[in-house]
Amino acid sequence: MSEFLRDAVDLQVQVDAIGLGAVFALMAVGIGLVFGVMRLVNFAYGQLIMAGAFALAYASDRDWPVGVGIALCFAVVLVLSLAMERVVFRPLRAQSAAVMLIATFAVAFLLQSIALLWFGPLGKTATSLVQLNRPVEIAGVDIRKITIVAIVTAAVCLLLLVALLNRTSIGLHMRAAAIDSQTARLLGVRANAVSMVSVLIAGALAAVVAVMLTVQYPTVTPTFALQETILVLAGVVVGGMTRLLSATLGGFLIGYVSGLLGGALPSSQSQYLPSFLFGLVILVLLVRPDGLFTRRRGLVERV
Amino acid sequence: MRARREALELLAPAALVVAAGLLGTVVSQATEIYFVTALISVATVVALYVFVGNAGVLSFGHISFFAVGVWAAGVLSIPEQEKPATMPYLFDFLSSTTVGNVPSLFIAAVVGGVFALLVGLPLMRLSGLAAGIATFAVLGITNNILRYYEKIGPGLNTFSSVPETTDLLQATVGAVLVIVAAFAYQRSRLGRQLRATREDPAAARAVGVSIYRQRLAAFALSGFLAGFAGGLYIHFIPINVDAVYLDLTFITLAMLVIGGATSLWGAVVGALFVSALDSVLAEMEDGMTLLGRTFDLPSGSRIVVVSAVMALVLILRPGGLTGGREFALPKLRAAVAK
Repeated sequence: MSEFLRDAVDLQVQVDAIGLGAVFALMAVGIGLVFGVMRLVNFAYGQLIMAGAFALAYASDRDWPVGVGIALCFAVVLVLSLAMERVVFRPLRAQSAAVMLIATFAVAFLLQSIALLWFGPLGKTATSLVQLNRPVEIAGVDIRKITIVAIVTAAVCLLLLVALLNRTSIGLHMRAAAIDSQTARLLGVRANAVSMVSVLIAGALAAVVAVMLTVQYPTVTPTFALQETILVLAGVVVGGMTRLLSATLGGFLIGYVSGLLGGALPSSQSQYLPSFLFGLVILVLLVRPDGLFTRRRGLVERV
Repeated sequence: MRARREALELLAPAALVVAAGLLGTVVSQATEIYFVTALISVATVVALYVFVGNAGVLSFGHISFFAVGVWAAGVLSIPEQEKPATMPYLFDFLSSTTVGNVPSLFIAAVVGGVFALLVGLPLMRLSGLAAGIATFAVLGITNNILRYYEKIGPGLNTFSSVPETTDLLQATVGAVLVIVAAFAYQRSRLGRQLRATREDPAAARAVGVSIYRQRLAAFALSGFLAGFAGGLYIHFIPINVDAVYLDLTFITLAMLVIGGATSLWGAVVGALFVSALDSVLAEMEDGMTLLGRTFDLPSGSRIVVVSAVMALVLILRPGGLTGGREFALPKLRAAVAK
């Protein structure tokens, strides 16, 4: 146990855990933003990241410059996001949360199986950015460049998003729709525009995550980012889906804890890391079903 | 009139299953496999329906109960002399016990049911998204433990030497048994109370129905039936831990939703419809001649079509193919409406 604690407070482990938490937080924002505006849990979010990663791999296969690869990644993810919103999310807007969740489940498997058909189970490799995996030494700790990039990028993205939500009229509309979409629509907020913008922002974040994840895991397979998405979904619910901030914190937390446990668990038990994480998720949900970072409300909805 | 209508609600799905079983006897050996698979799917989907359909709460965790059923029946029915080769680290009591076909199915069901009861005790307090994620977490934990804990099974290896006793007859009988159990439950006092909580939680509570207890009972029964279906499956085909994870969870939920999640008839129709679609596509992947045209789909296109169909059904008919209603003859339905 003491060994576990010593490893857990180890600076190296801490830095890596925060880096992982930053990436997870970005995914949490993407999922939480769409949920806020549309009340839709997007299980297919991971497959957007996967598609972006394949775009990067495709570009790196052809030795295209890094910038072109990243542009292609953004283009693919944004087009897919818009298509998803138009074809699946919008017609289902009036349905229950359960129906929408299962529909995104179907979309997730659709995209995954298309990737399987196209690229095969072994996938492709995206190598154009791997030099970011090299460490730099800061204060005796080896920090991979990508960890720094991830933390800075996440912070910048979050600040931009906060500015957009608080300083622009579309941001105002999005916040209004998130609080009460019926009333917002009555007052002239255009539901389609709001949901399109939120899906686009979520898509842009997915593309950013795709770039950062391919640096760390250059082998892109059809199940790329699947495990991460499941964890982030759990984290978002654990944090509290009703507010973007609590969802983001939940995403960061599960990434951080995942990194911490991964670094501190003895190797004989590290294969059970998912069990520890999911066990924690269940525990937190039992104690705080509405979320860890939300204000406690009444247990039963009043009629 | 009412008794006849209710009898039809049981007889129609059962007859459909028996018809599928009979159809399976007249086709070639190679095609028979599709029918057995379809019948086991019926058992699995109806097991899921017992909870999801009656409670109106999503569960992503039911394949855990199916999986422990697979493990229980598989580990216990592999012949004793074969066990050390594939499962060298097994607990002594598991490696020294071997049971026959029927007992192993029963044990699979009991293990599934007890596991569901234990999981449900805390989890059934949750609802909505929290319940969905928590059941998902159970699936993740179950899969993780079955994958690496080699004292209770083959770990990452495929089950081998499990007696292949699930033929067309056993699959048909199994599916009918599950349907009868689901029907008996939904007509019982417990089932009706649970359906009341689905339609209007506040009103159900007001008349003294405990949502927690009703959901727990359905969850345990549902786990029992899912464990049984898992037992049927491992006696049919050798599988490993990857076969009882996300893909199976998806396809089972897809079948239920495509058929119509709130009726037994919908569960059976959905399972058979998707199985039929899946089988035809599987044949097309191998190259099939139909109506003078040869179809040769690339392998892996099955799941593309199935998930596209699922999304389409959800968009066009959110209630599923049957609209979530029980089977009724058109004439009878009209009479009831009067």
